[in-house]
Amino acid sequence: MKKDLLGIADLSQEEIYLVLDTAEAMREIAQRPIKKVPTLRGKTVVNLFFEPSTRTRTSFEIAEKRLSADTLNIAVATSSVLKGETLADTAMNIEAMAPDMIVLRHASSGAPHFLSRICRSRVINAGDGMHEHPTQALLDAFTIREHKKRIGGLKVAIVGDLLHSRVLRSNALLLTKLGAEVWACGPRTLVPPGLDRLGVHVSTSVDRAVEGADVVMMLRIQQERMQGAFVPSLREYFQVFGMTVERVARAKPDVIIMHPGPMNRGVEIASDVADGPYSVILEQVANGVAVRMAVLYLLAGGAGMD
Amino acid sequence: MPVVMDADRMTRTLTRIAHEILERNRGVEELALVGIRTRGVPIARRLAQAIHEINHHDVPTGALDITLYRDDLMRHAVGPQPVVRKTEIPFSIDDKCILLVDDVLYTGRTIRAALDALIDFGRPKAIQLVVLIDRGHRELPIKADYVGKNLPTSLSQSVQVHLTEVDGRDEVEIEP
Repeated sequence: MKKDLLGIADLSQEEIYLVLDTAEAMREIAQRPIKKVPTLRGKTVVNLFFEPSTRTRTSFEIAEKRLSADTLNIAVATSSVLKGETLADTAMNIEAMAPDMIVLRHASSGAPHFLSRICRSRVINAGDGMHEHPTQALLDAFTIREHKKRIGGLKVAIVGDLLHSRVLRSNALLLTKLGAEVWACGPRTLVPPGLDRLGVHVSTSVDRAVEGADVVMMLRIQQERMQGAFVPSLREYFQVFGMTVERVARAKPDVIIMHPGPMNRGVEIASDVADGPYSVILEQVANGVAVRMAVLYLLAGGAGMD
Repeated sequence: MPVVMDADRMTRTLTRIAHEILERNRGVEELALVGIRTRGVPIARRLAQAIHEINHHDVPTGALDITLYRDDLMRHAVGPQPVVRKTEIPFSIDDKCILLVDDVLYTGRTIRAALDALIDFGRPKAIQLVVLIDRGHRELPIKADYVGKNLPTSLSQSVQVHLTEVDGRDEVEIEP
């Protein structure tokens, strides 16, 4: 890994474990009376979000503030992008104000890679189109490791909209790197060609994917990205692919249910599953802050994580 | 490498410091030990054990990692970030007398960082500093309250504390 965190694809197993171990230490800070350490004092972090986001943006901002960085948020709704400015121009203008890091969320796959080539600042990918969402995969791995004490050898079923999901791609890359058995499951229309090349088992049967799983990860049906007729109706989708208590029963008794959010209750996940005892969905959110603190800390040094 | 403290001597030194701590602090109830990672932590545990052997009182013991408070973190243009380890202080430090424990006192910068870190956990009644070795060359106005051994050194020398818990043996060495 060089100066930026662009995707899980660039990370080695050692780097992934370094992030997870550092996040363990960072998590304790959230329990202190003063939830702040002076580590990134004087560093400026720009959160550049070209897509709506509550969880990820808030999580990054809290992580930055707990490390004492100066943060500023640029949301596309209030920026010059609406006046026709290109990504490169926006980036160069921000760069001219000498920030240390840019956290980028963009609807186009590869946007952070482009930014990384033209910027001196360190770039963190907070989700790029249908490509990667590395900090989400890292916080998912952190949450899994906390519950299962390991990642290698686990069966992880990822169910939902596989086609549009950057969460799937980052998780598949990360979990297979650490030796988990990953099953990806969704309707035929939402399975991208070549998905099996990521080293995952692809199935259109939820029952088969969930059978004996240690972890079930639900993906959101991304209605905003669905211009075509991918599923007949949301109701039918729930009938065939929705995670219900009956389907969860096919997994291991100590299964954990995950969801990167935002959830569509009654579409990909039943409410009694989302709020059930095996659900770790809110833990994922809490762990997100610690994992992002770890990434910010590790990248803030001289040569990043090398 | 010349050995300046062997296992036997280390045990006697820590027992002596435990006595000094009890002599100086009347209320043993308000004492708490906080070791600085890495080697301050086992020394703090041994002091807790030594105090227990003297008066059967259990002094709460915690571990402090000062990495996030270092003053040299962002100064290096190259090189990876130092590894951050867990801070574990499972008790309130408010109104306690904190015995901050480290293996070697040198420039004082680690202690400065530790003091900043401790203050973020609350407002102790007092903080006292315990070190196994004081090798001099302070760069900050910091002084230890309990010293195992004063060891005059030159700047080019290196003092290595080895502890059974971490290194498999108890020994303090000085490298020329």
